[in-house]
Amino acid sequence: MFENNLLTYLIFSPLLGAFILLFFNRTSHNAMRWVALLSTLFTFVLALLLFFRFNSSVAGFQFYQEVSWIETIDVAYRVGVDGISLLLVMLTAFIMPISVLASWSGIKHRVKEYFVFLLLLEVGMIGVFLALDMFLFYIFWEAMLIPMYFIIGVWGGKERIYAAVKFFLFTMVGSLLMLVAIIWIGVYASQTIGHFTADLLVLYDISPTISLTLQSWMFLAFALSFLIKVPIFPLHTWLPDAHVEAPTAGSVILAGVLLKMGTYGLIRFCLPLFPAATYEFMPIISILAVIGIIYGALVAMVQTDVKKLIAYSSVSHLGFIVLGIFALNEEAMQGSIIHMVSHGLSTGALFLLVGMIYERRRTRLIVDFGGIAKVMPVFAAFFLFITLSSIGLPGLNGFVGEFLILLGAFQSQALDSYWYAVFAATGVILAAVYMLWMYQRVMLGELENPDNKKLLDINPREIITLVPIAVFVIWIGIYPATFLDKTEASGQRLLEQVERGRMMHRAAQAEGVSEEDVFGPEQSSYPENRTR
Amino acid sequence: MYDLIGLVVLLPLVGAALNGLLGWQVKNEKTIGMVGSGTVGISFILAVLIFIEMLGREAFDRIVVVEYFQWIVAGGLDTSFAYQVDQLSIVMTLVVTGVGFLIHVYSIGYMQGDPGFWRYFAYLNLFIFAMLNLVLADNFLLLFLGWEGVGLCSYLLIGFWYTKKFTGDAAKKAFIVNRVGDFGFLIGMFLIFITFGTLKFEPIFAQASVMVVGEPVIFWITLMLFVGAVGKSAQIPLFVWLPDAMAGPTPVSALIHAATMVTAGVYMVARSATLYALAPLTLEIVAVIGLLTAVMAATIAITQNDIKKVLAYSTVSQLGFMFLALGVGAFWVGIFHVYTHAFFKALLFLGSGAVIHAMHHEQDIQKMGGLKKYMPKTYITFLIGAIAIAGIPPLAGFFSKDEILAYVWHDGSVVLWFFAALTAGLTAFYMFRLMSLTFWSKPRFNEERIHPHEAPATMTIPLIILAVLSIVGGWVGIPKALGGGLAVKQFLAPVFERADRIMALPEHGVHTIDYFLIIISVVIAAAGIYLAITWYLKKPEVPRTLANRFSGVYKVLSNKYYVDELYDAAIVNPIERGSRKMLWRGVDVGLIDGIVNGIAKVIAVISKYGRLVQVGVVQGYAVVFVFGIVFIIFWLLFR
Repeated sequence: MFENNLLTYLIFSPLLGAFILLFFNRTSHNAMRWVALLSTLFTFVLALLLFFRFNSSVAGFQFYQEVSWIETIDVAYRVGVDGISLLLVMLTAFIMPISVLASWSGIKHRVKEYFVFLLLLEVGMIGVFLALDMFLFYIFWEAMLIPMYFIIGVWGGKERIYAAVKFFLFTMVGSLLMLVAIIWIGVYASQTIGHFTADLLVLYDISPTISLTLQSWMFLAFALSFLIKVPIFPLHTWLPDAHVEAPTAGSVILAGVLLKMGTYGLIRFCLPLFPAATYEFMPIISILAVIGIIYGALVAMVQTDVKKLIAYSSVSHLGFIVLGIFALNEEAMQGSIIHMVSHGLSTGALFLLVGMIYERRRTRLIVDFGGIAKVMPVFAAFFLFITLSSIGLPGLNGFVGEFLILLGAFQSQALDSYWYAVFAATGVILAAVYMLWMYQRVMLGELENPDNKKLLDINPREIITLVPIAVFVIWIGIYPATFLDKTEASGQRLLEQVERGRMMHRAAQAEGVSEEDVFGPEQSSYPENRTR
Repeated sequence: MYDLIGLVVLLPLVGAALNGLLGWQVKNEKTIGMVGSGTVGISFILAVLIFIEMLGREAFDRIVVVEYFQWIVAGGLDTSFAYQVDQLSIVMTLVVTGVGFLIHVYSIGYMQGDPGFWRYFAYLNLFIFAMLNLVLADNFLLLFLGWEGVGLCSYLLIGFWYTKKFTGDAAKKAFIVNRVGDFGFLIGMFLIFITFGTLKFEPIFAQASVMVVGEPVIFWITLMLFVGAVGKSAQIPLFVWLPDAMAGPTPVSALIHAATMVTAGVYMVARSATLYALAPLTLEIVAVIGLLTAVMAATIAITQNDIKKVLAYSTVSQLGFMFLALGVGAFWVGIFHVYTHAFFKALLFLGSGAVIHAMHHEQDIQKMGGLKKYMPKTYITFLIGAIAIAGIPPLAGFFSKDEILAYVWHDGSVVLWFFAALTAGLTAFYMFRLMSLTFWSKPRFNEERIHPHEAPATMTIPLIILAVLSIVGGWVGIPKALGGGLAVKQFLAPVFERADRIMALPEHGVHTIDYFLIIISVVIAAAGIYLAITWYLKKPEVPRTLANRFSGVYKVLSNKYYVDELYDAAIVNPIERGSRKMLWRGVDVGLIDGIVNGIAKVIAVISKYGRLVQVGVVQGYAVVFVFGIVFIIFWLLFR
């Protein structure tokens, strides 16, 4: 019973915390902080349970649950987890308590609303990763927009309204198109199976046969929404603004989890639903990804605001992930998934660190710093460590994903050219340039600015927020098998599904030949406890 | 004993962790120093034990791979933390832990009283750990972990005194220039993976040994790996970081930027000898780059006045020699020179450290002189080092350099040989210029204010040990012409067997020409020494006149051929300016945000006028209403 409902508990457990918070007096800040922390920790414990009970050898979805909802259009509450979503759920549940801790002293007004929004956000994020119904997915996807909008708009910096609106509009444009596509594909399904459906697993079997023109439109509608979220060049300009204006925890969540919803969407929807269109758009998206890698790095290099620099570095890192997804082979796919986690950890930690110094100095401009290592040695050590993780030093987390993505892209038959990987690999050089230059200007050198002379080193609470991340930075770097094992089967299945979908598409175009005759019995992505 | 190789690697990491995490609370420098040197010392002893066991085995039985645990496994990629103990890796391990241990001990004296003492030892230990991974890895990816790891430690140690701007600049430059090389290394690895389906050494080289010479893919693999080596081992065009790296503490220069890390490129090429043997074109490139670097760096060295800069360019030049050896297919000679160079160059750097220490951080040799009487132990050991690098028998440098010259003569070309011999002469010249200006000649510093003193025992004992090694270290490679057995060649032979078979270099017997070559190389070295001593001790006006007469040349040399300036003007500045003005301000803020905000503005404008329609004034609505009706009536009547 517990196992059957585990995912539901996981998704909605933060609601419990949010509900409890409603009863608090709005002045008892500390108590509310503790409630939020315990609530997110509770969710993390549930996520850990899921992690340990997850069967790595099963390729399809596990812990599947279906509760009927709007039966006339076959919309239902359908959730399930595979290796790919598992890691992202873990990442989300892991980042949240850290975000709460990061907001401990920075958020001083409207504390109650803040933590309620944070917890609602968690519901939306975990829901997005676990939903296996198009409508449910869409609802979570939109639902998570609202708390984020408020977190940026209410607790953000000076230009927070501009940033929040920009964030909202960019994302909205994408999601509306996605909604159209969701309805469209459901209608298409009704021609085949006789009724409208939002069941992703059913659509997986139907949609690959859609004609290429139609597939391309649907692919674009989905992909645009996801690529804005990623964000891919040239749709990225909302990100630096949103990051700079968001409060620390907002940036951490934005970089750590929200961006991954875009790449996750590509993997979960675009690739398997529209395999033929995937191949059509692969070159252009891969080129944009590679441009993003280099462009993001170069623009990051010349930023004057540390937070903006890190924001642009995300554009570069996410370019790697998108490239890995569209390389369509095991090495790159596994690399992309592990890199999503790695980037979430490293960049999340960088935003934490910037937040710490911002709380002390109320500035993030590089020129205001210099020589900080002298007064804040522990801070400097953590900063350096995370910097190294971000520039992909072997032995730390960033390298594993980057290497696998580049290796996969290099030998990718789908991409069919070395040059993607070769150009992308220059990002490895540029990452060292912008990160080390920034580190030098902020941390090293003479301590000249008098305002910096009395800075206090980070306190135990701040250290506690960083240490867990540091542990995983090393863990993934030295023994990534713990995580790669989880994604292996699911990643493989996904690639087979895409390949199979492409064949189905061809067969459907040729017509007259039964699929089963050509391809043999299908390897299903269905969970075992589900009847077809 | 072979199984203990993991411990050899791990111990320095334990030392690094202890000092790095707890060191800041330890007030006693001795404890930190003991932990730091002790862990490396035990590693060395274990390595010696493994070496002894290896000597007891048959040649074919000497290679053992010890696997610990899986690292990155995905798709077709399968890499582990696995160490390959063989003749090549054990030599490197002995050098790294042995010389490393001595430099750790020396550092206890040198770094005394530095507030970052614990940090220093943590970094130094971490370096040994990374370097051991580099030389012991059984696959390219783990080698790359060590490769980047030593780069990191180099970064940390160059920038050790982080409050100065130039140390930060130098550290960053070292890391980034190395990353450029690493880019090549990465591409090389990708090519290896698609060609051989693995990154493990043995399967790769086994497959390669049956391939035909001249396959394009092998050319690209070897070339790309060499790009990596060029970065790490400071060859043209990526050598620019090494001279700047002298901003770090001197023992660091000795360990990382002379004896061990910078030879990693040589090691890597030697390790991949089988692949290089299949790519004659790459080997030619290696030889030419090596020689050009050797010549260029040596000519710069003769004009430098900073004692560490002279040694730095000397290192670049000697590394060039090593690549020259590799380039003519004499892989074992390259490693032999790595090994002898480690002794005398570490010795020279540590000696220079003692000098700098004594001179209160003065590094300009024009402001030294006559130090012989103040610091006799340093003087004697430094002199031994200088003789060794100059190539005077029977000191270590002679044997390895002589082998290089002999191989270049036999298997390279006369032109290569001529320039190599010339560079050997330049080497002797700039070393004895350094000797003259530092230890001999008259003191040119204020003897009232500065009282140079001999270094403490923790510093002089390593000097003495290294001096002994700089004398006897080469005796394992006494050439046949002098009645030796080339023990080092025999020992390393199994490692390079496949490569040798592919290249099929003729086995050279002993010819008259060999005696001739030996004599020539000694004569050239002696000439260099003689010239330096006469010019800088007896006729100091000669170099001055020469510098004046050829002021153009002198300027180019003393400004290091303006390579840094060229890179700044051609690469660094355009990229930075382009990124700022064109990409960020232009594309990001101007174009993309311009479009986004433009759309918003257009909509705002439309709404601004559009909303005038609904102002809430009933009369207005009535007017529109009437006009509408009139229009409809007209339309109905006259359509």
